[in-house]
Amino acid sequence: MSKGTIHNRNKFLNHIADRLGRERKTDVQLPDWEYQPQWDVHQDRMEDELYSLFKENSEEKGTYVVETTKDELAETVEDIMERYGGGTMVATKDNRFDDYGLTDVLTKNDVHVWEPASGNLNIEVAKQANIGFLFSDVSLAESGTITQFNDRDIARSVSLLPVAYAAIVPKSSIVPRMTQATEQIHKQVEDGQNISPYINFITGPSNSADIEMNIVVGVHGPVKAAHIVVLDA
Amino acid sequence: MAMKIGEKPFFDRVDDALDDDFMRESMAKAQDGLRGKKVAATEGDESIGDWETWRSAGEDIRRHTLENLDYYLELLSENFAKRGGHVFFAETAEEANAYIQQVAKEKNAKNITKAKSMVTEEIGMNEALEDIGCQVHETDLAEYILQAEEEDRPSHIVVPSLHKNKSQIQDTLKEKAGYSGTDQPEEITSFARSRLRDVFMNADIGITGCNFGVAESGSVSLVTNEGNANMVTSFPETQISVMGMERLVPSWEELDVMVNLLSRSAVGQKITTYVTNVTPEVEEESVDGPRDFHLVIVDGGRSKALGTEFQSALHCIRCAACVNVCPVYRHIGGHAYGSIYQGPIGAVLSPILGGYEEYGELPYASSLCAACTEACPVKIPLHEQLIRHRENYVEQGYSQKSEQAAMKAFGIGASTPSLFKIATKGAPVFAKPFVHEGSISNGLGPMKLWTKIRELPAPANENFRKWFIEHKKGGSRDE
Repeated sequence: MSKGTIHNRNKFLNHIADRLGRERKTDVQLPDWEYQPQWDVHQDRMEDELYSLFKENSEEKGTYVVETTKDELAETVEDIMERYGGGTMVATKDNRFDDYGLTDVLTKNDVHVWEPASGNLNIEVAKQANIGFLFSDVSLAESGTITQFNDRDIARSVSLLPVAYAAIVPKSSIVPRMTQATEQIHKQVEDGQNISPYINFITGPSNSADIEMNIVVGVHGPVKAAHIVVLDA
Repeated sequence: MAMKIGEKPFFDRVDDALDDDFMRESMAKAQDGLRGKKVAATEGDESIGDWETWRSAGEDIRRHTLENLDYYLELLSENFAKRGGHVFFAETAEEANAYIQQVAKEKNAKNITKAKSMVTEEIGMNEALEDIGCQVHETDLAEYILQAEEEDRPSHIVVPSLHKNKSQIQDTLKEKAGYSGTDQPEEITSFARSRLRDVFMNADIGITGCNFGVAESGSVSLVTNEGNANMVTSFPETQISVMGMERLVPSWEELDVMVNLLSRSAVGQKITTYVTNVTPEVEEESVDGPRDFHLVIVDGGRSKALGTEFQSALHCIRCAACVNVCPVYRHIGGHAYGSIYQGPIGAVLSPILGGYEEYGELPYASSLCAACTEACPVKIPLHEQLIRHRENYVEQGYSQKSEQAAMKAFGIGASTPSLFKIATKGAPVFAKPFVHEGSISNGLGPMKLWTKIRELPAPANENFRKWFIEHKKGGSRDE
């Protein structure tokens, strides 16, 4: 990214302050909000209950959910490959594939692992792919949502371009709702870390209801989605 | 084209709409569907607790942000630029378009992909880019359909093509885009998907709106379902996001609350399929991300509401919940408003942004039943603001003397044949939810004071004028 620039700011903000009938503000503290209903949602649920909720909400959005364990994960991933017809496949460049013992299964099945050094070739493969494999960083029980903190390795295209995305969801990544994910990002900002340039909350296959309010699944993003929940991870 | 839709006067547009039974039927069906989903996902969803508490949280966040708007815009721009992004503050639509044109020229851009954005409609950005030889491709399904039609404009903030049925869409795409399939939504959608795939990949610039800017990190949050915004923000070398200056939150924690309010109120979803948060990239660049990221922050008349009784209109998060409950919108549809912003929020916002001369009659397109105020997820007192607009309109001398008393007293009432027609046609429909055994005992809005102490007779299903015409022809009133 080039060096940043800002144009016309002072005049614009002075005008706003003027309309608000005061001088420009240079320091504002966030109030201690009186209403914070977000923290109460599914707060008392145990891990198993959160998982049930995640499963139920994923399925409600048309996402296929499969349970597995770390030991059986490689086999489950191959089942998913078969389920969606194999062919061209792509995966993010993510050490977790190795940590979860999946490197061999990816190699054996010719899955293209995203490699930034290969440039646009990655995009071409992802465009042709039947399945994109990735990990969910934070998973939301309330809505059956996976979250990706994308970067140049954990590429956004892998969940977007293939016909189906298959997300590996460690059970421990499941939280009640978006509140816990945004809290984590807010803390990163407060700690002065650079947050991911592309934080994507994804809930099942793409869809539209623009024609007579009929839901059509599979618009510009994937047509199918699978959540592979690893129960002991 | 910008914010204005059509050239006819307001009352003529209303007449056209009232004569279009097909459109009115579609609007009613869509409203019922959207409202039903919203109710199920808000007050109907016990798992999120009391919906009123969420509304109060939303109201507090929006009020605080607007009261400190200069501070949060400074923070947003600072953080966006710190990560290498370019921020342009535009007081007017012309300034915003000139900057976007300049970026397009510098990039020698020819093809531009665009996700749905009301603010770019408002400033007439597509036309500005076409003027310098760019081709702008709308990629949201509804906007793609409207663009194929050429002269068509949005009739709803969230579902812009609401006024078109599937066979009209089929005809349009056959005639203008070489479509040869059936009128089935799945087939039409699949056609759009295949047509746009390469367009996404070959675009020079991708343009989005901005549901919420996040001040603390300089991020742009996009709340969508189709995946087109993800395509638009991934493959072109340059990204431009255009935001109305009020569309931001202080931090990620407030973003959470606002996304919940928006997803549930707009489309009745717990969360939309994609909530995508884009921030300029600081590390080595991604293969599938922009090299250059511009944020254009637009005033466009919004500042006129600051420090006035209309300031809270800027709290709006464009969910259209008010549109989906409005009995007048139900009858006249979106285009009758003559603005890209329709329904109650359109009738409040359009005169602020575009002035009373052009949009001063819109606040009369309301029965003041207050259903809009009750539906608003951030508690904007819409019906009160409509009354204030009416008062200003009359006080500032925009209405004819003869109309003043009638308009002030009756609102959407007896001042013109059109308004009288809406009022009389609409009364039984508007009042239906409150009628019990032929009378109203628990009314809303202007009915409230009366029904506190006594019952109000329900409006008759047939009005006097209709009865009189029938009577003259020799008919009789059916009682």
